[in-house]
Amino acid sequence: MRVRKDESRPLRAEDDVVRARQAVRSWAVEMGFSLVDQTKLVTAASELARNTVVYGGGGTLRIELLEDGARKGLRLVFVDEGAGIPDVETALRDGYTTGTGLGLGLGGAKRLVNEFAIESRPGAGTRVTVVKWK
Amino acid sequence: MDRIPILKMGPFLLVTIQVDMHDRLALSLQDDLAERIASTGARGVLIDISSLEIVDSFIGRVLANIAGVSRVLDAQTVVVGMQPAVAITLVELGLSLPGVRTALNVERGMELLRGVMEPDPDAVDDAGPEG
Ligand SMILES: Nc1ncnc2c1ncn2[C@@H]1O[C@H](COP(=O)(O)OP(=O)(O)O)[C@@H](O)[C@H]1O
Ligand SMILES: [Mg+2]
Repeated sequence: MRVRKDESRPLRAEDDVVRARQAVRSWAVEMGFSLVDQTKLVTAASELARNTVVYGGGGTLRIELLEDGARKGLRLVFVDEGAGIPDVETALRDGYTTGTGLGLGLGGAKRLVNEFAIESRPGAGTRVTVVKWK
Repeated sequence: MDRIPILKMGPFLLVTIQVDMHDRLALSLQDDLAERIASTGARGVLIDISSLEIVDSFIGRVLANIAGVSRVLDAQTVVVGMQPAVAITLVELGLSLPGVRTALNVERGMELLRGVMEPDPDAVDDAGPEG
């Protein structure tokens, strides 16, 4: 598997969440994802980017175009150095929130992509990686 | 672009969301609408989201809050024009938009609102007594 192309973007403030959505959309369009798949990917990105800003205290988004043989995919990596998630399994549960949200961001994003991984250490930060294959 | 315009159309308010809203903008729409419902006595609110390319859990919560606050202020909210791809994604995300009525487009939304509003006494007279 190779990374054919990549881009990093800051996720510091709310406006960066809007820009992240737009960047993911344009990559997904360029790769020829169907409208439904574009919408799923952008929605997942919106949820995860907001988490990075709101709970992670800001961080970055890396967007990567993957090539695995004939298969192409888009990988999104959200990284922050915030408080981390003490119990990832609980955080993934629908309806669980420590803020004022609906608690659907992590679980929902997971359902909207093909691959989903969270690495988090309390006090050290969080990295969420998602892949959608074409 | 700091506020989303709210138009008054007879007894209804119409909001057409045309930008990719950042979260603060969505929250100010929620507050602005509550104020406008109270100040105009509007009985219905139509929110046209046909230009929205995604509805995530934040926007979903705002739409549900708007519907809830309107109801308390004696107005009904109908969200109209959701794109099919957005609807499919919303279901998979797990958002059920509790208490939010939806319609295919603005015309259907208006019909829905007229239907749920109390009948106009004159209109009842014109139609004659009911059995
Ligand atoms: N990047 C992050 N850093 C720290 N905590 C996080 C992060 N992302 C998610 N969380 C935790 O996981 C919970 C669930 O997140 P999510 O499913 O997106 O729901 P919501 O955003 O509505 O709270 C959050 O309330 C928060 O406690
Ligand atoms: Mg979230």
